[in-house]
Amino acid sequence: MNRDDFLMLNNDYIYFDNGATTFKPNSVVNKVVDYYTKYTANSHRGDYDLSQKVDYLYEETRDKVKDFINASSSKEIIFTSGTTMSLNMIVFGFMKYYLQKGDEILITKAEHASNVLPWLELEKEIGIVVKYIPLKDLKVDLETVKNCITEKTKVISLAYITNVIGDIRPIKEIAKLIHENNGLIVVDGAQSVPHIKTNVIEDDIDFLAFSAHKMLGPTGTGVLYGKYIYLDKMKPIFYGGGMNSRFESTKEIEYKTLPLRLEAGTQNIAGVLGLSASIDYLNSIGMNKIHEHELELKNYLLEKLKSIDNITVYNKNTDSGIVVFNIDNIFSEDTSRYLNHYHIFVRAGNHCTKMVKDELGIKNTCRISFYLYNTKEEIDKLIEVLKNNKDLYEIIL
Amino acid sequence: MDTNLRREIIVDNAENPFHRGLANKDGYIKANTHNESCIDNIDLYVKFQDGKIIDAYFEGEACAITTSATSIMIRKIIGKTKEEAISLMREYYNMIEENSYDEAYLGELNAYSNIAKQPSRKKCATLPFQTLEKTIKISEIENIN
Repeated sequence: MNRDDFLMLNNDYIYFDNGATTFKPNSVVNKVVDYYTKYTANSHRGDYDLSQKVDYLYEETRDKVKDFINASSSKEIIFTSGTTMSLNMIVFGFMKYYLQKGDEILITKAEHASNVLPWLELEKEIGIVVKYIPLKDLKVDLETVKNCITEKTKVISLAYITNVIGDIRPIKEIAKLIHENNGLIVVDGAQSVPHIKTNVIEDDIDFLAFSAHKMLGPTGTGVLYGKYIYLDKMKPIFYGGGMNSRFESTKEIEYKTLPLRLEAGTQNIAGVLGLSASIDYLNSIGMNKIHEHELELKNYLLEKLKSIDNITVYNKNTDSGIVVFNIDNIFSEDTSRYLNHYHIFVRAGNHCTKMVKDELGIKNTCRISFYLYNTKEEIDKLIEVLKNNKDLYEIIL
Repeated sequence: MDTNLRREIIVDNAENPFHRGLANKDGYIKANTHNESCIDNIDLYVKFQDGKIIDAYFEGEACAITTSATSIMIRKIIGKTKEEAISLMREYYNMIEENSYDEAYLGELNAYSNIAKQPSRKKCATLPFQTLEKTIKISEIENIN
């Protein structure tokens, strides 16, 4: 990994908010620029050379995504605007018709808003019952999951890695439990696909959602994965160009097969091609190496933080590159403003996870989330600044 | 106001806020304001009697600016009539918006006189008064004087 690959790193910034979005390597930026300067055309529309080239690159990305998450077929890969859109498609395009009144859905209070609100809306709409799996030491414990499953439980919908606590859930084992109950597993992969190796076949995942921009790719692009048997039953939320094969004035309508049936309208082609370059970049380093690097940084940070008395870390025992903390008696937003003064960027707040306060016992925290380009030297600078936190109010007021 | 004094007032009130936490909420009008762009979240409890604010408390989590401004505001509004509280609010907003204002009337609230230089913090500084305004409106609607 070469930090020179990222123009953003030429600035004097220490960027520790990779859970929110990531910097883009030059190869991704160039791929997007090339689309707009060398071969702009719509996809799946034209018979001329430019359009054919775009078609090729667009569908090549679908194949790359398929390999990246180890799906069985490229037909199981749908391009979306991001995790939120993917999860909404799963809930309102599939679950709305698959589920019945009284069916139970299990989530946790540590889920991101995008894996909570669609379910709560569907609860109001068709009368499913959303229940929370209680966390044990902030984690999802298999025994607890077992105890939560009833004959009415039809879906478990969980983040593979949560965006505040950063724990890696035992998805493979949970999938087995819900499948034995004839239910389905939905996985929010926003924080996992960019950081650990994803294998939807091995984990037996029914639906997976993730975003390109959290994995070095462009904003406004994401992926919905679904097992073919389920995805083929998903009703499109959008109807229009690109997804129909014919329609007549007599109102005879025929829609395309997967995956195009679920991609109405001109897609974010530049974003998809950028995602292709980001997958190449991640593959060139290796997902296991990326995960190891982040864990090494987390352990290094935790060790260094021991030297500062008035800092509380809330998630010491989780296996991802996320560290949530507060300076005692200082509001998280004031801490992030203080760090900002030294060009150190962390996230303050509830991180779109407004219910996690019930589990964490605290509403607002500062979150550090590492990625492959972060270094121990950056952590040393952070520690130096945090050590001087008695100056905090002098800096921010 | 001198920078050190300004900071001292804000930090004192942020670290040891006046009237934070109310056990018995009977007879208090509650209003909440949260900052949509950040995470400040304040519940204000105000007790009205004979057109006067006879008591006020707050609860919630917020940054040093919001917490301290709420603390100072509460100290200043207790004992004031609704009209006096509204004119205090107007003077305060005048200061925040860099219009001419009655400096002496605002007292410790002058600690926020330079907030206009940090536009992103204006919401933090005005959040307590926005909440006070809500409680006064509720008191009018519910005819509680």
